[in-house]
Amino acid sequence: MTAASQPLLDVNDLVQRYTLPRESLFRPPGQVLALNGVSVRIEAGKSLGVVGESGSGKSTFARVVMALERPTSGRVELLGRDLNQLPADELRRARRDFQMVFQDPYGSLDPRQTIVRIVAEPLTALERTDRATLRARVSAVLRQVGLRDADMDKYPHEFSGGQRQRIAIARALITQPKLIVADEPVSALDVSVQAQVLNLMQDLQEQFGLSYILISHDLAVVDYLCDEVAVMYLGRIVEQGRPEDLFDHPAHPYTRALLAAVPRARAGRVRRRRGAQAIASQSSAATGCPYISRCPLADQHCREAAPALRRIGETHLAACHKAEEVMALPAVAGEAG
Amino acid sequence: MSDPLTAAVGLPTTSVPSRPATGFWRRALRHRSFVLGAALVCLVIGSALLSLVWTPWPAYEIDIASKLKPPSFSHWLGTDSFGRDIVSLLLVGARSTILVGIIAVGIGLTSGVCFGLLAAARKGWTEELIMRMSDFTFAFPAVLSAIMLAAVVGPGMLTSITAIGIFQIPIFVRVTRGSANAIWAREFVLAARASGKGGFRITIEHVLPNILSILIVQATIQFALAILAEAALSYLGLGTQPPQPSWGRMLNDAQTLLFQSPMLAVYPGAAIAVAVLGLNLLGDGLRDLLDPRLARER
Repeated sequence: MTAASQPLLDVNDLVQRYTLPRESLFRPPGQVLALNGVSVRIEAGKSLGVVGESGSGKSTFARVVMALERPTSGRVELLGRDLNQLPADELRRARRDFQMVFQDPYGSLDPRQTIVRIVAEPLTALERTDRATLRARVSAVLRQVGLRDADMDKYPHEFSGGQRQRIAIARALITQPKLIVADEPVSALDVSVQAQVLNLMQDLQEQFGLSYILISHDLAVVDYLCDEVAVMYLGRIVEQGRPEDLFDHPAHPYTRALLAAVPRARAGRVRRRRGAQAIASQSSAATGCPYISRCPLADQHCREAAPALRRIGETHLAACHKAEEVMALPAVAGEAG
Repeated sequence: MSDPLTAAVGLPTTSVPSRPATGFWRRALRHRSFVLGAALVCLVIGSALLSLVWTPWPAYEIDIASKLKPPSFSHWLGTDSFGRDIVSLLLVGARSTILVGIIAVGIGLTSGVCFGLLAAARKGWTEELIMRMSDFTFAFPAVLSAIMLAAVVGPGMLTSITAIGIFQIPIFVRVTRGSANAIWAREFVLAARASGKGGFRITIEHVLPNILSILIVQATIQFALAILAEAALSYLGLGTQPPQPSWGRMLNDAQTLLFQSPMLAVYPGAAIAVAVLGLNLLGDGLRDLLDPRLARER
């Protein structure tokens, strides 16, 4: 964390506020704080996992880091350059260094374009390249993700979900970026295919020294690929640390709840709806811990003061007054059976 | 660590062979409504072209002595009240029908699509302004605009083309903007933005190709509507002026003789029906054929 060298990505106190559609002419429109003071640093070659339920702000985080949205306040610095201060033309050139892989391998590839055009898109957006060079680069990158040259002139509908996600990864790789932001890259895939895509991502990471920001709701996926994990809840990071810190000794009751949900991975429906309610009510409740309505350990102190993200171990941060108490609880895995 | 990678190479990548470039025409020939529609449209275009070099009788020659003749060997479909040959009139009338259709739809398509794409790409007040303007234009029926135009510049083919063309614009604006908005919401547009592409390139490279089939289908339907509108305007005396024949004018002339020789109204009516039906079938067929995911053959 205290590396003297310049970090790859430095995100500082990021706030993203959305204004809801006006419900009444006489009341001010509601607002949602999708990101509420998020700060992270990623060193070159290291990967960060971001976990949290739907509505926790993790996809907003991905879009803001990708400079697809302007944050309300805060800075996103890639290799020392503030992305939101760059002129449009320079931002476009800077995009060479950070690319994105999307969740839905069916929606993220244009059905009317051939694979060669899709994969070459980040290149053609940057510069004029002649056809032969373009095809050579696409062919090289397709081979890296385990596809063949012959696939270049096919259309996306001729591929399976896993193959499509490989194509999406190839598209992200073609500019040789330093950072790839992957928003739920495997959650739309079959479990057997998930492993293949994750293996591929890991191989590429070793081969090119890539950094990932891996957005996921699946802790196992993050554990597999990341050096550090941030748990998000209602636009804040509530716990951050190495995967082994978090998974062996969770220090926030929300992380515990997420861990307990893992074996029953698909039973999270009720939980999510509750999360959505909490977002709506969040704008009014300014004081106290945002997790209070769901926390089994909440007491008067939690209602009065919001906990700040504080250091509880060498590489472990948590935003809970009772972090030590939570860590002392028996392991979640035994509890879940 | 290269094991899963090489294992992955062996995945079923060979299952779907790439479609050859000639696939479109092979599928097209098996698509019944496309073939029928294309045949009817070709028939209409063919008659228009034929009339340029040959007609059974001179279309403008008035021969009062042989007026209102029933079908015979010399006049295949008989003659009208001026003794003009019906077949020749139909052939020459196809010319103005096609001309009006192409130019009017061309006007509507080009400006409508430009405005619609702009509205979808810019959003905000640009979209609001364009949509309200097209609502405004849409509120005037083509016939009313044509009457207003005719009052200013006089009736004629140009007047009807302009009026029909303007009437087509808001329809194309709406169709374009609606379908373009749906494309803008897709993830591959977000991917293009993440690659650094701007609104114009995304519109040209992603949005337009994805809505093109919808536009082509809409254009064939609008072409059919333009033919009907042209016929209606000519029937009202606002479109093609005598002596130049058009199917609408022929209907107009036939109206007064409906009880003496009702067949006079049937011929141009049937010609209009054939053209409209052909265009509609063609549009349906194109919609199916232009979708690369619908390799389905009918």
